[in-house]
Amino acid sequence: MGGWFQDNGPLLGLALLDGIASAALIFMVAVGLNLVFGVLRVLNVAHGSLFAIGAYAAASVGVFAASAGLPAWASLPALLLAAILVGLVLGPLVERLLLRRIYDEEPVLQLLVTFALFMILEDAQKLIWGVQPVSFSTPVSLLGTVDVPFGADVIPYNTYQVILLPLVAVATLAGLALFLRRTLTGRVIVAVTTDREAATAMGIDARRVFLLTFTFGAMLAALGGALSAPTTSLVPGIGASTIVLSFAVVATAGLGQIEGAALTALMIGIGRSVAVTFAPELEVVVPYMIMVLVLLVRPQGLFGVVETRRI
Amino acid sequence: MSALLDARGLRLAFGGVKAADGIDLSVMAGEFLAIIGPNGAGKTTFINMATGYLRPQAGTITYDGAEITGRPPREIVRRGIARSFQLPQLFSEHTVEQNIALAIASRAGIFSPLAPLLRPAWREEGAELLERFGLLPVARQRADALNEGTRKLADIAMAVALKPRLLLMDEPTSGVAASEKMAVVETLVRVLRQAGVTAVFVEHDMDVVERFADRVAVWSQGRIAALGPPAEVLADPAVQRDVIGIARHA
Amino acid sequence: MTLPRMEALLGLLVAALLVLAALSTPWMKFVLTIALAKGIAVLGILLLLRAGQVSFGHALYVAIGAYSVAFLAPSIPDAALLLPAAALVATLAGALIGLFVSRYREIFFGMLNLALSMVFYSMLEKFYHLTKGTDGIRVPPLTAAGMTLDRVTFEWTVFATALVLALAFGAFARAYLLSPMGEALGAIKTRETRLEFMGVSPRRVLLSAYILSAMMAGCAGALVAMTTRHVTPLLSYWTASGELVFIAILGGAGGVLGPFLGAIAYELVRVYAAATVADMWQMILGAVLLLVILFARGGIWGLLSARAGKGAGA
Repeated sequence: MGGWFQDNGPLLGLALLDGIASAALIFMVAVGLNLVFGVLRVLNVAHGSLFAIGAYAAASVGVFAASAGLPAWASLPALLLAAILVGLVLGPLVERLLLRRIYDEEPVLQLLVTFALFMILEDAQKLIWGVQPVSFSTPVSLLGTVDVPFGADVIPYNTYQVILLPLVAVATLAGLALFLRRTLTGRVIVAVTTDREAATAMGIDARRVFLLTFTFGAMLAALGGALSAPTTSLVPGIGASTIVLSFAVVATAGLGQIEGAALTALMIGIGRSVAVTFAPELEVVVPYMIMVLVLLVRPQGLFGVVETRRI
Repeated sequence: MSALLDARGLRLAFGGVKAADGIDLSVMAGEFLAIIGPNGAGKTTFINMATGYLRPQAGTITYDGAEITGRPPREIVRRGIARSFQLPQLFSEHTVEQNIALAIASRAGIFSPLAPLLRPAWREEGAELLERFGLLPVARQRADALNEGTRKLADIAMAVALKPRLLLMDEPTSGVAASEKMAVVETLVRVLRQAGVTAVFVEHDMDVVERFADRVAVWSQGRIAALGPPAEVLADPAVQRDVIGIARHA
Repeated sequence: MTLPRMEALLGLLVAALLVLAALSTPWMKFVLTIALAKGIAVLGILLLLRAGQVSFGHALYVAIGAYSVAFLAPSIPDAALLLPAAALVATLAGALIGLFVSRYREIFFGMLNLALSMVFYSMLEKFYHLTKGTDGIRVPPLTAAGMTLDRVTFEWTVFATALVLALAFGAFARAYLLSPMGEALGAIKTRETRLEFMGVSPRRVLLSAYILSAMMAGCAGALVAMTTRHVTPLLSYWTASGELVFIAILGGAGGVLGPFLGAIAYELVRVYAAATVADMWQMILGAVLLLVILFARGGIWGLLSARAGKGAGA
């Protein structure tokens, strides 16, 4: 065992760092998916497409900023700006035009509608940005690398992924928790999540809360995408793999669990990157193996609570 | 008469609320036992425990000599205990006739993939049952198109179609129009007596209890406060004050 | 006229028209074979929809059926053996996965199916030494029940098999939906707990339908593999599953003819349109899906039967 560790220590360390970086991104998407589901009771299958569009938009804005002669540090606010734009444009559009019509429908129809939206957005993104890989790595090179000590070894890793991404994820988690617990709007959202009927009876305008929450969730997905843009080259299909992966996180954690989603994202992110390093064929399978195993033991998810239906 | 269902020391609390706080009750074969008591006293909880929907935290339930505590609803039904619901649980997209046929199929063999649900034998059996409940005129109507009283009857008819030996009914007459109530209960009692079914029913209407129950159990805060023949129990001043007063005002 | 009888007559009529159309040009025969195969797979989706469940991953079983043919063809090069073999593999896979997913409903049911199909897609891509990755596997020429046929005759044989299977599965699905098992699917959709209190396991009811749907999709996959003679991981991609759901809703979930009407309409339009609007194909499908859901919920079958109902009423 010690021998193995000595040989593979740096590799394992690298895998852990990769895992943390990807967990930060997965969390950003999963938490939005969870929040939207909690409030609207609609699972947005197109949530992954918002991630993809956020990523492409960030790359475009970043490249534009560079060509306009803005300094390299401007690429960071550019990412944020792109995500906010995507959320502000697509969020209200989708909620107003589509979701608003189906809140009272059967779950199967709600799923079908967001699935149709997913089909539309996946092609829309191909039409706008084409199928050739797009890359935008300025923010990564801007921040350089940092030496991460790991046991006896020192692993140089890029600052963007190992420091900035986790920081943003933790800030999102903390910010969200504070927002939901301490602000009036946050409490209204929680009230609608816990008991929609009681909340509406007390005079809360559920439609506004839905619009707000969906837009915010879309922004989180787009931000996840925007942050991922510098770390990978963008190709069609990331929307599909993102929704499936973030659903795996949400299902494993338990629907509606926010802190739980963070831990699960970490677990699945690290699980996957360890697989990439030591058993590359299993990379895609690992997150779902974790999900299936957890669900077999705890059908309500790791942190979920069993709801007894009233009869 | 021997006990068909025997509950001993049942306890169950939700948070701090004791829905069952040491329930001992024997239901005798062939009797009609009414359960009365204020809302929140744990009447429905008792039915839920006896039918396997809730598992008591302590105590045992024995049915026909075998312990059934905490067994799943499916197994308990197959042993011969059926129930009806306070809020009718119908298959809303099916017709009344199909609802009944599904209940008959559940008893007689649902895993037959080729012969139609509405096969002649089951259709006939269903029609007979609906006739007795006075539901034949609405047999072809969708369950979600019925009024509350009719839904309630259909809900009970489904439970009866399972041919249980013991039937637990949660407020069988709530939702039934006051003018029809006595007639409905009379029909129900006749059907059950004919089939030799033992019945336990939660009831708020003291006239119904007085007229149709062999015994009445008074529930209060998760306990049985009184148990005996209706004439005796309902005459008890404490019961009159705590239960009947509440029920009359409700 | 009762619904099953009307469907039977219409079904035979459509079958006759399909034979005539297939005679017209060779590519029509090809397109219609694929349409019939997809119709069979969609029939399975229909059973699940009856229970209020939608699977976003049923292309998994189509792919399993198709790859079974491709893997087994070198050792058993006969279509008459490969078809039941492929159906068997898909059925077993359906039983295994069904044991897991039948515990879940709605969102979880739909998304778990999607996730599993995507896992299978990635495995087909990654295990190159077995599957030849995205290149896919060519299916060698096959015999049919021991007879060596020329290409055109073989194609006709596959077309005829697809047609017969479509009719047989259609008739079976009709009987199934009217049987206690089928009606219990509708009961899962509206009041699942009541089934428990009647002594029936909703999970087993759903599992049975799920296994049937996997078998049908497996047959469809085998037919596709025998028609296209080439299988690729794309068979299992989410877009393929989306296509099946799309056809189910387009055709209409009301009757067993819907899936076939939907599949024929879909494949015919695709032949003309997909080449010119290839980049926007999913987008168009999504938009039509939205329109059907929001404005014509019965799909093609719903429109047809409403018209027929009006005619009969007048």
